[in-house]
Amino acid sequence: MVDPIFLLEAVVNGILLGGVLALLALGLNLIFGVIDIVWIAYVDLVTLCMYAVYFLVTLYGWPLWLAGVASIAVGALLGMLVHLLIISPILTSPPINQLLATGGLLFFIQSFATLLWSTDHRSVRVSMPTLEVGGIFVSFSRLLAFGLAILAMIALYFFLTRTYTGTAIRAVSQDREAIALMGARPQRLYLVTSAVGGAMAGVAGALLIIQYAVHPYFGGAFGPLTFMICVLGGLGNMVGAFFAAFIMAQVISVGGVLVSTEMGYVIAFVIFIVLMFARPGGIFARRG
Amino acid sequence: MTAARILGLVALAALALVPVLPLGAAQEYIWHVIIQIFLWSFVGNAWSLMGRFGLVSLGHGAFLGVGAYATVLLWNFFGMTPWLGTVLAVLLTVALALVVAYPCSRFQVVGHYFGLVTLAVGEVIRLWIVAERDWTGGSLGVSLKTAGTASGWWTLQFADKRVFYYVGMAAWLFGLWVWWRVDRSMARSAMEAIGEDETAAASVGIRVTRFKMGITALSAALTALGGALLALYLAYTNPDTLSGIGVSLRIVFAVVLGGMYSLLGPFVGTALTISLSEYLRIYFGIKLIGIAETIYGLLLMIFIIFLPSGIYGSIRDALRRRLTRASGGFPVRA
Repeated sequence: MVDPIFLLEAVVNGILLGGVLALLALGLNLIFGVIDIVWIAYVDLVTLCMYAVYFLVTLYGWPLWLAGVASIAVGALLGMLVHLLIISPILTSPPINQLLATGGLLFFIQSFATLLWSTDHRSVRVSMPTLEVGGIFVSFSRLLAFGLAILAMIALYFFLTRTYTGTAIRAVSQDREAIALMGARPQRLYLVTSAVGGAMAGVAGALLIIQYAVHPYFGGAFGPLTFMICVLGGLGNMVGAFFAAFIMAQVISVGGVLVSTEMGYVIAFVIFIVLMFARPGGIFARRG
Repeated sequence: MTAARILGLVALAALALVPVLPLGAAQEYIWHVIIQIFLWSFVGNAWSLMGRFGLVSLGHGAFLGVGAYATVLLWNFFGMTPWLGTVLAVLLTVALALVVAYPCSRFQVVGHYFGLVTLAVGEVIRLWIVAERDWTGGSLGVSLKTAGTASGWWTLQFADKRVFYYVGMAAWLFGLWVWWRVDRSMARSAMEAIGEDETAAASVGIRVTRFKMGITALSAALTALGGALLALYLAYTNPDTLSGIGVSLRIVFAVVLGGMYSLLGPFVGTALTISLSEYLRIYFGIKLIGIAETIYGLLLMIFIIFLPSGIYGSIRDALRRRLTRASGGFPVRA
C-alpha cells in the first residue's frame, strides 16, 4: 500500500502539472476554435521556445525572467510564421491535408532541432528551494509555474472578453461566415489568433524549462496529452479544456505513483477513450 | 486489353523479375528496399480502405503494433508457428478495432474527434508495450528468436531475402485485390453515403454501424497482417518503429501523398517516401544527424501544400482533363 503522504503529494503535484497543461490546451484550443485546424505540432513550438530560453540564459547570460518574456515573443512569431507559411495556403484544403501539413511540421521541427542542437538533454540550472508543508514536499519552481500559468490564463480571458479584437476572435469561432458580413477580416483575425496561440506556447515553454530538461522530442511527451485534453474538454471549448487538464493531470500524477509512469499515461488515455464514448462532444458539451 | 492494362502487366512482370536480375553488389539492399515498399504499401492500402470514406484514423500504429508483437511474442515464448500466430494476432487486432469502432460509430464520433480518439488508441498501445517491459522488451524492442535449422516455410524465416520478396509482393497484390473488391462492391456506395452524411444515409436504410465496423475490421485485419509480416521480415520489432504516433502519421502521409482515392496511390506514395528517406539516409550517412529527416519533413509539407490530391491523383486528374478535352467535352474513363 502506498503511503497516504505520497498520495497527497501526488495530488498536489497533479494540480500543479494541471496548470501548465491547461495553458497548453487553451492555446491549442483557441487556434482550433477559431481556425478549425488542429496544430499537431503545437507542443513542438513549445519545445522551440524552451530552446530559446535555454540559449538566451546559458549563452547570452540573460536573466531568466527576461528570457521568459522573450520566449513569449518568439512563440508569437512562430505562431504567425506557421500560419502564414503553412496554414493560410491550405485553408480550403480537406481537413486531413491540414492535419498532415502540421504533422510534417512536427517531423521537421524534431529533426531540425536534432540537427542543430543534437539530442542532448539541456536544462536551465536554477536553484529554487523545495517547500515543505506538513510533510509534503513541493518544488518552488512548480509552484511558480502554476501561478504564472494561472496568470497567463486570466490575461487570455481578459483579452478575449474585454478587448475589441478578442471579441472579434470569439465571434469568428461562433460563426465564420457571419463575421465577414459584419465587416471584420477573418484573415487578419486568424493571424492574431495564431500569434496569441503561439504566445501561449511561449509562456508554456518558459514555465516548462524551469522544471524539465529540453530535447528535440520533448513534444512527444506532452503533445498527445494536450490533444486528449482538448478533445475531452470539447474542441474549441476553453472552460472545458481548463477543467479537463486538471482531471488528466490528476490521473497521470496519482496513477504514476500507484502503478508506474507509463501506466499512469495508459490509464489516463483509457479514461479519455471511455469518456469520449460517454460524452462524444467533450465532458462539458450540452446534450443536443 | 487497354493500353493501361498492358502497361500494368509489363510493370508487374518487371517487378517479379527483379530478384532474378544481376544487380551487382547492391542487390541485397535493393531487394530490401523493395520488400519494405511492398509491405508498407500493403499497410497503406489497408489504411486507405477507411481513409477514403472519411474515417481518418491516426491510430493504425496500434493495429500494426498488436499484429507485430503478438506474432513475435507467440513465437518467442510458445514456439507457435507464425502461420497460427499471425491468425491469432489478426483476430486480436480485429477485436481491439471493434472495441474502439463500435462506440465510435454508435455515438457518431467522426471527423477531428475520430482522428484524435484513434490517435489516443495508438498511444495507449505504444505505452502499454513499453510498460510491459518484462514481456515486450520495453522501448528496446524485441528480436524474433531465430529458428536455426528449422528455418523455412514452417517458421517463415528465410536465409534468402528473395523468398520474402515474393511473399511481400503477394501480400501487396492481395491488398490491391481487396481494395478493388471493396471499390466494386455495394459497400462502397453505402460507405460513401455514410461519409457524406451519416444521418441521411441512415434515413435511406443504410446500416451505418454495421458498415463502419465492417470496414474498420477489414482495415485493422490487413494492417495487423502487414505488421506481422514486417516483424517477421525484419526479425525485430520496437514500439517506435511499429507502433505509436510517428508510424501512424507516416502511413497516412504516404497514402495522402500518393492519393488515397486511387488503387495505386498508396503504392506510389510509399515508394516515394521510402526511396526518399533511404536516399537521404545514404547520401548523408552519419554526418549531420537529423538532416535526412529534416528534409523529409520539409518536402512532406511542400507536397501537401502544393499537391493536395496527391501525386498519383494529380497526374491522373491532369490526364483525365486532357482526355476530356480531346474527346470534345465528354468525360472519358482514364
